[in-house]
Amino acid sequence: MAKTPKIALIGNPNAGKSSLFNSLTGLNQKTGNFPGVTMEKLTGIWELEPKRPVEILDLPGIYSIYPKSIDEELVINILGDPTHPDFPDMAIVVADASNLKRNLLLFSQVRDLGIPTVLALNMIDVAENEGYVINSIKLARELNVEVAEVNAKKGIGLNGLKLAVVKTLANRYASNDALPLPVSEEVIQDVQAAFGEGETYRSLLWLMEHDRMKMFSTQQRETFDAIQNKHHFSSKKYQSEETVKRYEQITEVVDRCVINLNRQWDAAPVRTWTDRLDKFFLHPVGGYVFFLAILFVMFQAVFTWATYPMDLIDGGVASLNEWLKGVLPNSAITALLTDGLIAGIGGVLIFIPQIAFLFLFISLLEETGYMSRVMFIMDKLMRRFGLNGKSVVPLISGVACAVPAIMSTRSIGSWKDRLITILVTPLMSCSARLPIYTVLIALVVPENKALFGLFNLQGVALFGLYLLGFFMALVSAWVMKVILQAKEKSYFIMELPTYKGPRFKHVALTIWNSVNAFVFEAGKIIVAISIVLWVLASYGPGDKIAQSEARVRQENPSLQGVKLQNKIAAEKLENSYAGHFGHFVEPVIRPLGYDWKIGIALITSFAAREVFVGTMSTIYSMGGEVDDENATIKNRMRAEINPDTGKPMYDAALGFSLLIFYAFAMQCMSTLATTYRETKSWKYPLIQFGYMTALAYLSAFAVYQLLS
Amino acid sequence: MANLADLKIGEKGEIVGFTDELLSLKLLEMGCLPGTEVVLTHLAPFGDPIAIRVSGSYTLSMRREEAETMLIKRT
Repeated sequence: MAKTPKIALIGNPNAGKSSLFNSLTGLNQKTGNFPGVTMEKLTGIWELEPKRPVEILDLPGIYSIYPKSIDEELVINILGDPTHPDFPDMAIVVADASNLKRNLLLFSQVRDLGIPTVLALNMIDVAENEGYVINSIKLARELNVEVAEVNAKKGIGLNGLKLAVVKTLANRYASNDALPLPVSEEVIQDVQAAFGEGETYRSLLWLMEHDRMKMFSTQQRETFDAIQNKHHFSSKKYQSEETVKRYEQITEVVDRCVINLNRQWDAAPVRTWTDRLDKFFLHPVGGYVFFLAILFVMFQAVFTWATYPMDLIDGGVASLNEWLKGVLPNSAITALLTDGLIAGIGGVLIFIPQIAFLFLFISLLEETGYMSRVMFIMDKLMRRFGLNGKSVVPLISGVACAVPAIMSTRSIGSWKDRLITILVTPLMSCSARLPIYTVLIALVVPENKALFGLFNLQGVALFGLYLLGFFMALVSAWVMKVILQAKEKSYFIMELPTYKGPRFKHVALTIWNSVNAFVFEAGKIIVAISIVLWVLASYGPGDKIAQSEARVRQENPSLQGVKLQNKIAAEKLENSYAGHFGHFVEPVIRPLGYDWKIGIALITSFAAREVFVGTMSTIYSMGGEVDDENATIKNRMRAEINPDTGKPMYDAALGFSLLIFYAFAMQCMSTLATTYRETKSWKYPLIQFGYMTALAYLSAFAVYQLLS
Repeated sequence: MANLADLKIGEKGEIVGFTDELLSLKLLEMGCLPGTEVVLTHLAPFGDPIAIRVSGSYTLSMRREEAETMLIKRT
């Protein structure tokens, strides 16, 4: 059987590349990793003809083949290296027809690399609204490639694209019709003599970008440097000349293939919706008010809407456990299944509604083009704190999960800005903190109170915690800016795309992918830790656990019934391995108001904070005979009595101290691993872990001492 | 010589050159070639960053200090 052909999908940011990818592949998508780099690799299968699948590879959006940031380097490493495992058989360049010249620059570079290329013209309707009529048949002839008109968002024109791809795969067009590049032939001949490369433009790309290309050895890089020196070849100067030259040629082609009706009729320029909306969204006052309002609505919605499915899941898991305990024989296996495994899985499932809501909002903001307006109005403000307008996206994504958020910092050009963003992003309250916040807020903030008769007080408390995380991130960034004295220029040259209606299919796919990744990636860890924890809480050193019952009966002869059972279970837990760990750390966390039970939860959540709630349910379901109506974790914690005072354990001082601790502490192995991958040094994850833990401890200490 | 940062909202200019080689590469790629018409369309709060319309085809934002490297002729 023939190998499945690989097609790279390339295009400017906002040209509709991911829309087209989704239209072509639908649910046949898979994410993976590129060998050697941490970039997420998105591939999908497209049925070109019955029984003839092709593999589509989605590459990051770029404006030219010459990389300006780390994530853009990936593209030349694949397209410039025919030995790369992902080197495509052909490319589809998606071009925004309403901005044709700029989009054709990238197209012409890809074509000149010797990769058979199809041009997919997208957003023709937008171009026509603005008065441009494109003769795509003529364009195909001029550019010597197949051109397909598509509407990526609506999935129109895909048959034409299929035809163009089939033809291109069959014919393998000779691409370069002797492009007069502004460089002497001797330079290219020298590269070709040294490296045996046939394609003119690829030789040039190697000569210019060899430092960024992983395929070359140090020795080969020296050879390139020698060739550059011999010919006094300056990469920057050449690049600038090449870009100008290409634009000249593109302008000639476009002038022959595109008619501008406005110019011919001398009509006034069209006032678009984008202009009107920007008047408001970019307003010096209104812009900020609107942004804050959006965030506020987002958190109110997440807190109030998500609670219904969450209560269902919480109650469902509790009643499932009750039922299982009733029908299964009372044994260690049953206990492992119910208190260990199912309680752990419940702790994962309960996240789903909130993660889904958060990603719904984030992807809507990205989809509509509003996110880049946020960067625009926030840049000056963020820069004062050592960040960058582009840090806003990682920070907002950090609200969902710090791992993808840290990965998204790659679009920040400046290393210093990027490093600071990476270090402070985990201070943003991620979705794993939400269940902890939810449980604790429910314990210490009154439920049916409303602020100004309008806002749910619990929602306000939640919003406050998110704001606190954000301000702490800013303050930490400012401190780091003062410490790190790197003199490096960052730049903020960025397109403000036109506003677009969201593609609901794309939004749904984003939500699906993130929930999926969470349930299977984070879920595995959570369930594993839940089971380990159950074992640690059920077994202990020596025979103290076995003797617990006799000892309790002996010491408290008057106790009977449920109270006796509770006392025995608590005694067992205290003598288990987990109990010993808890007691071991108790002196350190005592000043924060925590006892050894919370100590167990703190220890387990140093690997992943989301296990806090699971740990609490394990601990408390073992700490007493479960009575049916108070089976949820919230109620069990509410019923817990402080043995020293006789009052409820979870009062305001302890509740807020724990909330602050979890808001600031670095309790996520995956984030630390991501920071290591992105900074390529153990120094930065260690700094991150150290400063966040110190911050968490000191703040929780201050809160507890002030409130108690 | 005027630069892009000198424009007020609604004012037009024509690009004549650049003073920073590295930034000019990025700007050229984005279609800011000498001879291209630009219009200042938006100022962020505090007047920085700015947004321009490039040859009537799309909106580009940049910081004030970056705009200062783009030399223009008022039209």
